Amino acid sequence: MPVKAIRTPGGLSVRVDPRAAVAVLLLAAATAATAVVLIGSGDFPISPGDVIATLLGNGTAAQEFIVQDLRLPRVLVGLLVGASLALSGAIFQSISRNPLGSPDVIGFGQGATVGALSVIVLFHGGAAAVSAGAVVGGLVTGLGVYVLAWKRGVHGYRLVLVGIGIAAMLTAVNHYLLTKASLIDATRATLWMTGSLDGRDWAQVWPLLATCAVLVPLVFVYGRPLRMLEMGDDAAYALGAPVERTRLVLMSVGVLLISVATAAAGPIAFVALSAPQLARRVTRAPGPNLAASTVMGAALLLVADWTATNAFGERQLPVGVVTGVLGGCYLLWLLVTERKAGRI
Amino acid sequence: MVDSPPEQSAEPISAPTPRRRHALRATGLLVSVGILLLVCVASIAVGAKSMPLSDVWHGLFHNSGAGNDVIVHDVRVPRTLLGLLVGAALGLAGAVMQALTRNPLAEPGLLGVNAGASAAVVSAISFLGVTSLTGYVWFAFLGAAVVSALVYILGGSRGATPVRLALAGTAVSAALFGYINAVQLLDAAALDRIRFWTVGSLASADMGTIGKVAPFIGVGVLLALLLARPLNAMEMGDDTARALGAHLNRTRILSMLAVTLLCGAATAACGPIVFIGLMIPHLVRSITGPDMRWILPYATVLSPVLLLGADVVGRVVTRPAELQVGIVTALIGGPVFIHLVRRKRMAQL
Repeated sequence: MPVKAIRTPGGLSVRVDPRAAVAVLLLAAATAATAVVLIGSGDFPISPGDVIATLLGNGTAAQEFIVQDLRLPRVLVGLLVGASLALSGAIFQSISRNPLGSPDVIGFGQGATVGALSVIVLFHGGAAAVSAGAVVGGLVTGLGVYVLAWKRGVHGYRLVLVGIGIAAMLTAVNHYLLTKASLIDATRATLWMTGSLDGRDWAQVWPLLATCAVLVPLVFVYGRPLRMLEMGDDAAYALGAPVERTRLVLMSVGVLLISVATAAAGPIAFVALSAPQLARRVTRAPGPNLAASTVMGAALLLVADWTATNAFGERQLPVGVVTGVLGGCYLLWLLVTERKAGRI
Repeated sequence: MVDSPPEQSAEPISAPTPRRRHALRATGLLVSVGILLLVCVASIAVGAKSMPLSDVWHGLFHNSGAGNDVIVHDVRVPRTLLGLLVGAALGLAGAVMQALTRNPLAEPGLLGVNAGASAAVVSAISFLGVTSLTGYVWFAFLGAAVVSALVYILGGSRGATPVRLALAGTAVSAALFGYINAVQLLDAAALDRIRFWTVGSLASADMGTIGKVAPFIGVGVLLALLLARPLNAMEMGDDTARALGAHLNRTRILSMLAVTLLCGAATAACGPIVFIGLMIPHLVRSITGPDMRWILPYATVLSPVLLLGADVVGRVVTRPAELQVGIVTALIGGPVFIHLVRRKRMAQL
């Protein structure tokens, strides 16, 4: 389908790819439907109709309590975390020009984990302190990778390789912290490291919502120069894109997004890696596919969470286990197909 | 579509070597053996309990049952021997992988081979209730073999760039460590044992462990050393190698067998240890040049120097507690890796 350009009298123009637009809308609808199902399922099942009625303010007192206080915040955290992870992944895959150059592979997830584990193991801190530790760890790691990858500009490949080196060191630190911990702390840390939405409430929703409200629009503002960056630095310079500024701003935003998401739910594996690639295959559009990736991430995480809580009978698993297993299978498939196509 | 820059050329081919260079290299190898002996002495003499050298010397040859004798005889000597074996195994595996994939960033830890062995061992511990090292080893071989085959398929025959291979390996490792995490989470009893094993440590060494892994590592080392000449041919590219009469597939299969034996046994004995196989071949190549007939013997001698050195450092810096050797090698190796990546040639990948 041809790409259409919508122009306003003020001289602004927006390019719309009809297939991509339809894909985003369908994904959003699927996400909303999954959210309704997720809110309705649990020890006290509520029918989808009642869920919608309750969300609109027409439920019984019991339904109000269960939906508003227990299940809605958890689903919202899942939505926002999935979206943030995917958007961060889209940014970094685009900057590194590699489908595997996602923030959880190149060290930022590990950095956030070091921060959170330090709080758990060394200071026995509460949930808020663990989140703060994750954000600080992610940001410090992002800064370190950027500085070490800098050499007359940050080249995408050097960024990825430096990130891999840093990630290996941080993984060692994580293992060390685990061996230092008491078994109770170690269990808590391992649970945290797997990524989970259990027990998330409004206290996690607000910071996530505030961060996304500021950062997501910023990403879309830089969407066009990011697209030019994919053609290579020289081409992007020639087309008038502010190369180094775009990269710096978007990397900062990407690191912040993954850090905040990790703070809220732990390092949930593979959403950042797979959502942008799946989105690209659905829209069949070139470029970073920011909108589609964001919605895809939210959808993926909610479906994974539903699977984790409902598919294993009595046993409720943390969502990170499901994304880890699915992501691992997806990754093998990606490695084989991309290899055949000669792209990785 | 996301795309990558053109392929990197292989290692430069060495100039003809005059007799004098041979003599220099042989001398260098002897010096390396001397350094290795010194590090072994340090590894036996230094530990949580400091003791005079005379006691160390006494404990080496007489086990009277007194405290210091027991420490030297039953703790430090086995630990040093295991360090020798595992160090040599990891360094050789790295050198063979770099030659086989023609990729300067190939390394058993980085490419996920150790993670594959770990994931298999963790499965064995948790699902099959395997508790003995004799049981671990076979699972470790299985995991190492599957991942090294995968890595080879991804990066071998048609030559992936270093970035591609490193990324593929990191991603496979990430998946496997995610799996290891999940298993630990579902089985708290296993967690308590696995969390120490997955760090990479020589601390649990005893003569029994050594006796079980030594034959495998011995065969792996011999096999790797015998592959020096065919690997030399392989490094010139498939066509040239074929023209020189090299058996490409035989060399590939034997190399992967060697890597599997070396990494599987090393990982089963002390958990995943990263970066030894990356750092040593690079260091050695800067001394010997690209000839595998020199690289492999040097790597065999110098890799244990690095591993035992890291182990001694780990025992000293946080006395009386100790930093596991896997952590020390990662903390040393990370910066070395980043330095390699920042070098001009690598930056233009």
